[in-house]
Amino acid sequence: MPDLSTNCGGIKSPNPFWLASAPPTNSGLQVQRAFDAGWGGAVWKTLGQPIQNVSSRFGATKVRGLAGIGFSNIELITDRSLDVNLREIYETKKMFPHHALVVSLMVETRQEWQDIIKRSIDTGADGIELNFGCPHGMCERGMGSAVGQEPSVNQEITSWAVQHSTVPVLVKLTPNVADILPHGHAAKRGGAHGVTLINTIKSVIGIDIDQFLMEPRVDNRSTNGGYCGAAVKPIALHMVGALARDKSFGLPISGIGGISNWRDAVEFLLLGSSSVQVCTEVMLRGYRVVNDMVEGLEEYMRKHNFTKLDDLIGKAVPSFSEWGNLDLNYETVAKIDASQCIGCNLCVVACHDGAHQCIHPNADEKIRVPVVDESECVGCNLCQIVCPVAGCITMAEVDNGFSSATWNEHVNDGKPLRPKKGVHH
Amino acid sequence: MTDGIASDRSETVFKDFKSGFSREQALVEANRCFFCSDAPCIKACPTQIDIPQFIRKITTGNVKGSARTIFESNILGMSCARVCPVEVLCVSTCVYNGLDQPPIQIGKLQRYSTDFAIAEGWRFFAAGPDSGKSVGLIGAGPASLACAHELRRHGHRVTIYEKRTSIGGLNTTGVAPYKMKADCSVEEVAWILGIGGIEVKTGVTIGVDIAVKDLEQLHNAVFFGAGLGADTKLRVPGEHLAGVHGAVEWIESMKLARVATAGVQHCVVVGGGNTAIDAVREARGLGIPRVTMLYRGSEVKMSGYAHEWRSALPEGGCAEWQAIVTRFEGSQSVERLHCQRLDAQKQPISGSDFVLDAQLVLLAIGQSKLGTLLAGLEGIEIEGGRIVTDAHGSTGRKGWFAGGDCRNGGKEVVNAAAEGKSAALAIHAYFSGGKHA
Ligand SMILES: Cc1cc2nc3c(=O)[nH]c(=O)nc-3n(C[C@H](O)[C@H](O)[C@H](O)COP(=O)(O)OP(=O)(O)OC[C@H]3O[C@@H](n4cnc5c(N)ncnc54)[C@H](O)[C@@H]3O)c2cc1C
Ligand SMILES: Cc1cc2nc3c(=O)[nH]c(=O)nc-3n(C[C@H](O)[C@H](O)[C@H](O)COP(=O)(O)O)c2cc1C
Ligand code: SF4
Ligand code: SF4
Ligand code: SF4
Repeated sequence: MPDLSTNCGGIKSPNPFWLASAPPTNSGLQVQRAFDAGWGGAVWKTLGQPIQNVSSRFGATKVRGLAGIGFSNIELITDRSLDVNLREIYETKKMFPHHALVVSLMVETRQEWQDIIKRSIDTGADGIELNFGCPHGMCERGMGSAVGQEPSVNQEITSWAVQHSTVPVLVKLTPNVADILPHGHAAKRGGAHGVTLINTIKSVIGIDIDQFLMEPRVDNRSTNGGYCGAAVKPIALHMVGALARDKSFGLPISGIGGISNWRDAVEFLLLGSSSVQVCTEVMLRGYRVVNDMVEGLEEYMRKHNFTKLDDLIGKAVPSFSEWGNLDLNYETVAKIDASQCIGCNLCVVACHDGAHQCIHPNADEKIRVPVVDESECVGCNLCQIVCPVAGCITMAEVDNGFSSATWNEHVNDGKPLRPKKGVHH
Repeated sequence: MTDGIASDRSETVFKDFKSGFSREQALVEANRCFFCSDAPCIKACPTQIDIPQFIRKITTGNVKGSARTIFESNILGMSCARVCPVEVLCVSTCVYNGLDQPPIQIGKLQRYSTDFAIAEGWRFFAAGPDSGKSVGLIGAGPASLACAHELRRHGHRVTIYEKRTSIGGLNTTGVAPYKMKADCSVEEVAWILGIGGIEVKTGVTIGVDIAVKDLEQLHNAVFFGAGLGADTKLRVPGEHLAGVHGAVEWIESMKLARVATAGVQHCVVVGGGNTAIDAVREARGLGIPRVTMLYRGSEVKMSGYAHEWRSALPEGGCAEWQAIVTRFEGSQSVERLHCQRLDAQKQPISGSDFVLDAQLVLLAIGQSKLGTLLAGLEGIEIEGGRIVTDAHGSTGRKGWFAGGDCRNGGKEVVNAAAEGKSAALAIHAYFSGGKHA
């Protein structure tokens, strides 16, 4: 039986699946139900000066009739009173001593930070998460991403928090920056025990084209929201990976952004997260999605003979490299399995219009299976991506006789490069 | 041949009426499921399988978990995926029906995951620590198998007594071969028995080889899962002629051995239930040129499922509605039936007599009830031949439990599975001296 327990910056939980700070962690009864359903941890909805929210609050992109591939919100931090929240955190922690319960915080002055941290720790919570990420509303008041985008402010507030806290402090980073590294390092210099990322991405979810109004509509106007859900996973993975492979960083990472199932979670773990957090998928489908997450991860670990999470955390990080260190002489070409091909010719049009004009309709008009001109195929994967039959197009490695040569090696050491393909001189 | 199943048996000519899903088909269909909350499909499944959860696990590639979710509720999930009348159970309640879009094909998705599990030999359940208690089960059909498996999970010792040489009950000997063939059922039984510690004594008829009452000496509790008895007779002249068979008995011959169809130009199936419809489709599938269902009621009143009858029509099934047989005739074997029409009140219409030539007649007008087997046991209540129990399967006699067709009068495999499991929990509670959870 693989061991799913984890320790993220000193915060321990029976499994790596935590609820992100958001509506699913608004209240005690919710978090308790979530723990019953199998969640290993939860970051409470951000506490601070209770705010007043607007209606409406959410918007979503629809793909093939299914809403929520991308999701956006314009709500703020908690609108419930601090006393009530703290009491419920205390009760929940008592009921679930072995689950990770983290309190997310966002206030302004040093005194406020000191007070709220003390009161949060008094609940018995396992950790503190500093919300330096919210990209709407709170940043206009000098909090959230306004802090996360200023490394010096980030560092300073983090150091206050660490000073006042007796439990681990995670800093939740905003993705609304050009490069995540200085922001991770600022948190580290401030003394954080780990970082959480990503918070939501500044965005406009859509326009009602008949009413000429931005969405989500609050009477006759709207504002930019925070984008999340399945669509943001690639951005989140990049930022998590960028910090994980920076050898001078080294803090534990709690990964978030677009995690919908165990496969997504495994990707975050492989790229260096030691816990994962989920918001949108739970908002769309409920706490019960964790059942498959836990079971799927367990099966995956069995399949690969991983006995504990450390066996896989960060395992894909070494594969994340600079472009200049990629082998330019590595060559693949597309191969079509004629027995599986259904003759849609999507690969032909994709290659002709979107790539390098090297898949052609069969010369025999009665045969619908296209032909790859391997002498010109650049191995871009486009045909494989558009092919509707799984496994029909494979990208096969070619031995071209050239030994490996990266751009850096070519420029610095003059290593020879293979001739270019698909340039049609 | 294994366990009384001949390899050249008649049923092997049939192909699956509903084919299995490929991986791609399963993914597309599974991704259509809304993952409903408080899902109506779960409530419509007698074994309460968490359908949205098992379907979601297919979408993430967690097929093993998907199968576990199914078997956790229903250990006969593989055969149920094939034989359940989903059109009137889970699928009939799928919320897609309200959208006027095709409902999720729950049975086929269930088959996808469970076939995988059995083919891969995945095992999900282990026997519990020995409780020292022993249970005797009468019949090796779905009810007893579900009961036995659940009892083993709780560590109780289990012996099943089966009068036939084949195991699996009607799942092996009765269900239509275009849904499931006998070997598939037997394979499932072997997989279920894989939990270990279930002794099956075949060729032992309770009431003949072992007296019913003696089971009380041999075991701490008894589960009655004997199903239904022989086909009901019409009681009209000429019924003894060769070529006139009880439908269930004939279907069993077709599934386990061979039935003779050479020279049969016309087969008449008497009855209007699901066994009658099955027999019509089976006779046609075996190549008999003309097959007619003769039913005393009207088409709208037939007890067989409308969706099954709709499938029989394009296969060449015909019907004589509101008609009865008054007499069979033939020199050695049956040659013709004398029939009569009935009016809306089921009264014979005088002068409406007609004759049908037929070389094969299958009587599908019901099966006898076996409750009488327990008639001598004080405390056990029998109603219309059915054993009366409480909601969990306890009879009025201490230590006696019942489930499946013998209790419900004849429903589906999935009902037998549900009742067998529920009775196992009742037996466990009885041993624990506590109330049923
Ligand atoms: C022709 C036909 C087609 C059917 N098709 C379907 C279908 O497609 N889908 C579906 O869901 N359901 C179908 N059913 C119904 C389904 O088969 C039954 O509901 C189910 O098998 C009942 O399970 P059971 O365990 O209660 O009884 P059974 O399956 O009848 O098993 C009872 C077992 O007890 C044994 N037994 C009986 N008496 C004794 C005794 N005295 N001593 C020892 N052993 C004994 C019998 O030999 C038998 O093996 C069909 C039924 C018939 C007749
Ligand atoms: C409605 C909504 C409210 C949120 N509120 C908070 C919050 O109060 N504090 C916070 O740190 N993050 C908040 N988030 C961000 C999430 O915690 C999470 O970082 C983000 O949604 C990305 O994860 P996901 O793709 O799984 O949704 C909120 C997100 C949503 C959708
Ligand atoms: S989800 Fe609940 S709170 Fe939101 S609009 Fe619907 S009913 Fe109202
Ligand atoms: S996209 Fe795939 S299926 Fe379609 S023609 Fe190309 S190889 Fe064949
Ligand atoms: S009702 Fe239909 S859509 Fe809803 S969970 Fe069940 S199968 Fe899926």
